[in-house]
Amino acid sequence: MAKIESSFKNMVLSLTIISTAFALCLGVVYELTKEPIAKTQLNKKLNAISQVVPEFNNNPDADMFMLNTPEGDSLEIYPALNGEDLVGYAVNSYTMNGFSGEFSIMVGFNPDGSIYDIIVLSHAETPGLGSKMAEPEFKDQFKGKNPATFSLNVKKEGGDIDAITAATISSKAFGDAINRAYKTLFPNGPDSFSGATASPVSENIQTE
Amino acid sequence: MEYIILIIATVFVNNIVLTQFLGICPFLGVSNKVQTALGMTGAVAFVQVLSTVCTYLVHVYVLVPLGISFMQTITYILVIAALVQMVEIVLKKISQPLYQALGIFLPLITTNCTVLGVALLVIQKDFTLVQSVVYAISNSLGFGLALIILAGIREQLELADVPEAMKGVPSSLIIAGILALAFMGFSGIV
Amino acid sequence: MNQLQNFTKGFFKENPILVLVLGTCPTLATTTSTLNGLGMGIATTFVLACSNLAISLLSGVIPDKVRIPSFIVIIASFVTIVDLLMQAYVPTLYETLGIFIPLIVVNCIVLGRAEAFASKNDAFSSLIDGLGMGLGFSMALGIVGAIRELLGSGSIFGFKFIAGDGVLIFILAPGAFFVLGYLIAIVNKIKKR
Repeated sequence: MAKIESSFKNMVLSLTIISTAFALCLGVVYELTKEPIAKTQLNKKLNAISQVVPEFNNNPDADMFMLNTPEGDSLEIYPALNGEDLVGYAVNSYTMNGFSGEFSIMVGFNPDGSIYDIIVLSHAETPGLGSKMAEPEFKDQFKGKNPATFSLNVKKEGGDIDAITAATISSKAFGDAINRAYKTLFPNGPDSFSGATASPVSENIQTE
Repeated sequence: MEYIILIIATVFVNNIVLTQFLGICPFLGVSNKVQTALGMTGAVAFVQVLSTVCTYLVHVYVLVPLGISFMQTITYILVIAALVQMVEIVLKKISQPLYQALGIFLPLITTNCTVLGVALLVIQKDFTLVQSVVYAISNSLGFGLALIILAGIREQLELADVPEAMKGVPSSLIIAGILALAFMGFSGIV
Repeated sequence: MNQLQNFTKGFFKENPILVLVLGTCPTLATTTSTLNGLGMGIATTFVLACSNLAISLLSGVIPDKVRIPSFIVIIASFVTIVDLLMQAYVPTLYETLGIFIPLIVVNCIVLGRAEAFASKNDAFSSLIDGLGMGLGFSMALGIVGAIRELLGSGSIFGFKFIAGDGVLIFILAPGAFFVLGYLIAIVNKIKKR
């Protein structure tokens, strides 16, 4: 095929055609992958929730509501129900005090305020040091503890957390994230679950 | 205060070249003389700030309202490419000395990942426009800092007796590694 | 040049990372483990092969002066496709690689092959060239990733080979520079023989 001359008309024409054609292709791929992407993200969330609360049979994502933190921000609360019984809450909490800034965790509480389990959702902590907070050796120390009696600060500063060696900042930030979740769900101690007064938000708020 | 923390965090703690690994190609390519390193830094700073502002506005006022933010990559790279072309033409017309200083670096910048990288990062980090500009400026400073330090060391190294196989890229990479090690000392200060 | 040579040149003679030293940013940033390195390599291979094919098919209808913008549009489209597909089907890898997926657009290898090979050759050789170069790139990423993972955490593909925690520095930023630096030096040495 002979090379097309670089006249103004040809340049505009070929650029326009190529851009339009590829934009259309992208649109199609986007439509095709939209559903799988939404599904993957939902699964990831549900998977995280199911790891931090006892067995449930409702859809915590559909029952999700928001509660205000003491600082005025708000957190997502996912109630877990087994039949009619409330078995726990999963709280999507965060801290800004990590070694590399923000990280987010999912904390599961029993209805009495004690911690069922925790997983780290996303973080940028130093691999091999701060990243150890995601491992059972560190996070299992919180299992069954109630923040009402378990001080969420590192031992060096008079708290109850066994800090990760050489990663005190990450360990402390981890405590801060749990504390934020706890203070939001139970603002005045274990009997003061604030969900009793706040009515669950009916529409499902989409989050990233 | 917030901006000062942002600047220190971007220039030193999360240095774009030494910890984020963006802009390694020019980092290795134009770091043999301090003079060229300065020119490259100037060109990058110029284009980076301009393009971050443009892509930010395009993102907020075009892509998001139309619901086509999946077209982010393609739009950004076109905006950047167009911008680089325009800067080149304008510089040629307005300031001949500046064009001579920065001109040869400009075509290289379209494929410099710092520019696209920073444009993508400010959206990912949910920055405001002012924060984005500060972030873009401090990233170019960080880029310049790393580039000029490396260039300074390489100028000295020309006189040293380096094993044949280590000459050029390998030795630059090792130096960069040692610099990265030094920059790790900054982590945790903010 | 026959197609076999065309395919294998990306692995040794013209390996994009170890010999040509192109695309160093993703090489350093995504090789904290073997799997991440290979994942990045495969994503790039897909873009490289597809854009090479598309560009060599379209090069007849693209006027010379708008060559580069057209190439960029084509490459960016394929990158976005990879981006969406990875987001849908390999979300964990997608999150680890982060902004380096969209940054495939500015990977010098992709535009370099488009300009130097695909725009001048027929569709089939361009596809083979893209695949060969991409796999050579993946191979180098895999090697760097494996070395860093072995030294840094004592494992390869997550399987423990060495007891203990390993030398942390190899997972961190400086280790990336050291490993790549010495690898290129070794390749230089072999080439000189």
